[in-house]
Amino acid sequence: MSSEANQRDLRVGVDVGGTNTDAVVIDAVGEVLAAVKVATTPEPIHGIRAALDEVLVDLDHARISKAMLGTTHSANAIIQRRDLDRVAVLRLAAPSSLGLRPGAAWPEDIHTEVVGATSIIEGGHEYNGQEIAPLDTEAVRRLAAEAIRDECCSVAVAGAFSPASSEHELRARDVLLAELGADFPVSLSHEIGSLGLLERENATILNAALLSVATSVISGFEEALAERHLEVDAYLTQNDGTLMMAAEASRYPVLTLGSGPTNSMRGACALARVNDAIVIDVGGTSADAGILVGGFPRQSSAAVEVGGVRTNFRMPDLISMGLGGGTIVRNAGAELRIGPDSVGYAVATEAICVGGEVLTLSDVSLAAGRMTGFGDPALVRGIDARLVRDAIAWVDEQISTMSDRMKSTRAPLPLLAVGGGAHLIPDVIPGVSEVIRPRHESVANAYGAGIAEASGSVDRVYSYEASSREECLDDARELAANAAVRAGADPDGVRITTVTEVPMTYVPGQGSRVIVKAAGPLA
Amino acid sequence: MDVLKPEDIETLCLGATLLGAGGGGDPYVAKLVVQQALETWGPVQVVDAGELPPEALVLSTAVIGAPTVILEKLPAGTEYVGSVNALASYLGKEPAAIMSIEVGGLNTLLPIATAAEMGLPIVNADGMRRAYPQIEMTVFTLAGLPATPLSIADEKGNQCVFKTTDNHVAESLARGAVIRLGLANAISCYPLTAAQLDEHGILGSLTYCNEVGSLLEAVKRGEEDAWERFLTDSGSAEFFRGKVVDLDRRTTEGFARSTAILEDLDGSDSTMRIEVQNENLIAFLDGEAVITTPNLICLLDCETFEPMTTEYLAYGNRVVVIGMPCAPEWHRPGMLELVGPRAFGYDVDHVELPGRPR
Repeated sequence: MSSEANQRDLRVGVDVGGTNTDAVVIDAVGEVLAAVKVATTPEPIHGIRAALDEVLVDLDHARISKAMLGTTHSANAIIQRRDLDRVAVLRLAAPSSLGLRPGAAWPEDIHTEVVGATSIIEGGHEYNGQEIAPLDTEAVRRLAAEAIRDECCSVAVAGAFSPASSEHELRARDVLLAELGADFPVSLSHEIGSLGLLERENATILNAALLSVATSVISGFEEALAERHLEVDAYLTQNDGTLMMAAEASRYPVLTLGSGPTNSMRGACALARVNDAIVIDVGGTSADAGILVGGFPRQSSAAVEVGGVRTNFRMPDLISMGLGGGTIVRNAGAELRIGPDSVGYAVATEAICVGGEVLTLSDVSLAAGRMTGFGDPALVRGIDARLVRDAIAWVDEQISTMSDRMKSTRAPLPLLAVGGGAHLIPDVIPGVSEVIRPRHESVANAYGAGIAEASGSVDRVYSYEASSREECLDDARELAANAAVRAGADPDGVRITTVTEVPMTYVPGQGSRVIVKAAGPLA
Repeated sequence: MDVLKPEDIETLCLGATLLGAGGGGDPYVAKLVVQQALETWGPVQVVDAGELPPEALVLSTAVIGAPTVILEKLPAGTEYVGSVNALASYLGKEPAAIMSIEVGGLNTLLPIATAAEMGLPIVNADGMRRAYPQIEMTVFTLAGLPATPLSIADEKGNQCVFKTTDNHVAESLARGAVIRLGLANAISCYPLTAAQLDEHGILGSLTYCNEVGSLLEAVKRGEEDAWERFLTDSGSAEFFRGKVVDLDRRTTEGFARSTAILEDLDGSDSTMRIEVQNENLIAFLDGEAVITTPNLICLLDCETFEPMTTEYLAYGNRVVVIGMPCAPEWHRPGMLELVGPRAFGYDVDHVELPGRPR
């Protein structure tokens, strides 16, 4: 008994979504020992506390060794322009880039709130590592003084080619800290984004604006763990589905912005024990389709906008459409109109099958025999059979199109049906080998957070003339693996997950941009 | 289109992305640069070549370098002005107007920022009305007009001028200079008089770019019959609707080459293969070449009708493939030797499009 109690073999995953906060406890082989769902609270920490209390009720707290949090709180702060910090922006690139000011093309409301003093000063590097100009440290000091006058509480620094040559950003930070105090928050672009100065600068400004919001959520999470006498390592999940230690995450909140869909897809696949599958998540208002390749979501190639601001993050390649359990069905004369509007989560009170007044896809699903365990079949008996047949045919066609749009080959793939509206997904879909409805899928997000691994990456330009291509790739692989180990991965379990080479057109010396990612289970 | 203001640039940018034919560089940054320049220096007059005095000097400017570098070393503006001034000073004559050498991709837009900064008009004409990877691939070359003297400038104030015996030497010297100047530079080439431009250039290219952009905006807004109107008015034809099922990218001799394979959306066995060297150059339908350079092969997203550039093309993308006629000014002796399929190393005969060129 005592030896069992001493085992520290469990992890707890928590996901804070817009509607629900979920928590799961997972054992060493990935089995779900407990899973709960509570309402998300205006201050997310209250929901987190409630979920933790409920999920841990029958478990020995000493067995929990790790806690993972996935949260949409930062994303919502940007979308709703809420609680954002004012940021001073320092770009190290002059005389290049003067034709395009920082914060260009930001929506006016968020620009007014977030972007304070800005300056483009001499510094930054060329593609080959030479300085564009020596760093103008006097100009850094001037920006520091302006930041104070403009009541900025954070500084974002972005230098040309800093992902390859970070020296000027680091020196600028030292000057800023000397002027503003050692604790003043400074976000450096090379720690945040990849090549593409404007988008990386945007992401760095967003990061700097999110520091207060993130610190409050993360310290709340750590406090909640401590209050429950959980002596655990705390992590947050990132956009790519891997982990960051909590202390790091409060410095790089922008890297956790898009973790929701990633956790959901990875969680669903892990629950179903498949690595390659289409995932369709049907909620109350919309359905999102994505695809997992080798256990990770395929990433979108298009630039990702967050709250109207263009960044160069890689986010899961998703397609969404207005098809959910609460989607409103109208029978206007002979013409059937379905959505795109929805009663959303109010489906639980407003749908016909629960005694409400609004005809929704949930009612149709119940009448067609797809939905079970919710609503009263007697209440939907009056719905016209032709309408039910036509509405179901429309649903099947939409699901089939979404599934086909996600696939990159004709070979059939399994499809995972998840989310509260998954009952709408038919059992037979063209091009789909089998429709899987994983157990515990309603907490797939929290499960995805709970099973996440640590990762590291490298993104830089190599010349295949100076060293051979294989030597360069080996170097990049080693740097990425080391970064993963620094992030907490077990050195013996680290593997390279992706290697992307982007040959640089017109660049001599066979220049190539190399992006390598590594991931591994936590040590 | 007599004057360009910041709010006119969105439409022009959409047209420019389309005329990039998959390449030409992402015009997003250029759009923002032009909008800022027009806000800073005021609107730019658009003039026809024939409106200028015949002996007036027209100078072009364009970005030259590597696309990845251009995304990191954003334009200053001074490098473009510098390239024009360097060439003007070599020629001993002030320019009366600025022009774009390449109406297609980001080089459509950047000269407008330069014109704003220099307080000069922009000429409604160019040398390609699409995008191409090499300096000599212009209708001016067909007319025997040399690319040189040409100038290269950077944002720091470095400038050089080359006068060469032929356009191929010019290309190689220009590339060499750019490598040492940071791979994100400005080039001014093909100095022309207004009379030469009026006789040999592609006239009305900015208006054309704006028109196809505007037609496409109507399609994107979902207006009735807008797609048919877009095809008819631009003289284009739809060749295929399909999904990208294979994409092979490689770089040889400095160019981004790739092959994209598309499968029919309706589940038939029909496939389209598109050969790319920076731009889409040849489209094969079930093995037979159906669209060939210099006609334009444009891929648009099936749902949003956003033109797809090669670098953002990905597995699973659903696209509609159209063939757009090249500018009629290309149809001169020497066209196929300069920009036909064999000029790019494909053993394929040129095919004409079914539509009416315009």
